[in-house]
Amino acid sequence: MNALDACKPLTRTEMAARVARDIPEGWYVNLGIGAPLQIADYVPAECEVIFHSENGVLGMGPAPAPNEINRWLINAGKQYVTLRTGGSYMHHADSFALIRGGHLDLCVLGAFQVAENGDIANWSTSDNDTAPAVGGAMDLAAGTRQLWVLMEHLTKSGDSRLVHRCTYPVTALGAVKRVYTNLAVLDVTNEGFAIREMVPGLTLDVLQKVTDAPLRMAI
Amino acid sequence: MINKLVESMAEAMAGIRDGAVVLLGGFGSIGQPNALVDGLIEQGATDLTVVSNNAGTGRTGLARLLELGRVRKIICSYPRSAGSVVFEEVYRTGKIELEIVPQGTMSERMRAAGAGIPAFYTATAVGTKLAAGKEEREIAGRRYLLEEALPGDVALIEAWEADRWGNLTYRSSARNFNPVMATAAALTIAQAQHIVELGALDPEKIVTPGVYVKRVLHVPYGEPTVT
Repeated sequence: MNALDACKPLTRTEMAARVARDIPEGWYVNLGIGAPLQIADYVPAECEVIFHSENGVLGMGPAPAPNEINRWLINAGKQYVTLRTGGSYMHHADSFALIRGGHLDLCVLGAFQVAENGDIANWSTSDNDTAPAVGGAMDLAAGTRQLWVLMEHLTKSGDSRLVHRCTYPVTALGAVKRVYTNLAVLDVTNEGFAIREMVPGLTLDVLQKVTDAPLRMAI
Repeated sequence: MINKLVESMAEAMAGIRDGAVVLLGGFGSIGQPNALVDGLIEQGATDLTVVSNNAGTGRTGLARLLELGRVRKIICSYPRSAGSVVFEEVYRTGKIELEIVPQGTMSERMRAAGAGIPAFYTATAVGTKLAAGKEEREIAGRRYLLEEALPGDVALIEAWEADRWGNLTYRSSARNFNPVMATAAALTIAQAQHIVELGALDPEKIVTPGVYVKRVLHVPYGEPTVT
């Protein structure tokens, strides 16, 4: 992808740190399993952003020291976590009522594709996949007040993940408000993708060349 | 005198019939009633429909039940995970029916069953392939799907503490599906790490009141491991 030679894409940790910078103190946030979970590592401990894990944990803290593991406390990614001071537990129906009732300020999910109308595809890569694992993705995408997506701008084979319309099975319609990629931060607006920022050295022309959906600069 | 404590696994499993809908607590390997699942394997009921967030890992517990051909249908949100080898086998060879349900819809369908609500509307899964065949309705400008309650004949759950009335507490994230499943089944059977005297549980801390629980078996197995 010669067009991108003049810029330096963000690494995965830099992408996580970039999202973390935009989360205000006081927000209640659910991070999807995989790359989004790393975002929590870049929110300073003194900043009271409250992380929710859909298996019934509100106020999730970082991984425990090996000698301080609570074997009954895991996150949605099935990793051991801690509960920060002030945290609480709830059962699954309450946990998803919290999600579906619009009580979370933000959810950040990974995705295969995001369309310019805000549709997200992140649970199944083919209509022929008859046993895909949906987990809580559809509840989170439909239920939280604001959905952001954290994903690579391009697939491994160089295809754009920002598309006119999703070709993979969708998770939710019109749900995504913002996308953080390794190349840019983009808002999803009524007029499609609007670029908020790009990595240094990247131009609108070059980014457009590698992106299926039409782009414009945010005003 | 009410006494829901049972002394043996055979007593705990008595009366579970072929064709039963069995709700299985747990998320990942935490809060799973492993001993009760082993008891169900031993008990012999077959042609089961199992409702569980995951479809089992390794070759024990739920995976063993699948391998033995005892489960006709599984209803779950996340069948595939590292180690779900038996599910893959029985699914690929057409030996099991699968119903994929979004996790929140699954827990709410059971909550509804326990609360006498036959169906409800939700925005989850609107416009997706999981909406196929479901009634859709627009309410106040937003699209919703009608989802039906999901009652069980039996719920197998894991608790932390229990008393003879069947009052239950849970531990950390091992609470997960267990309290909601307890409300949704006709016959709720709990395994508990600790049995305490009636009155020893702080009423402010009882999560599942005994009214939902029919049988309690003491299973002090120690610490779970993540698989």
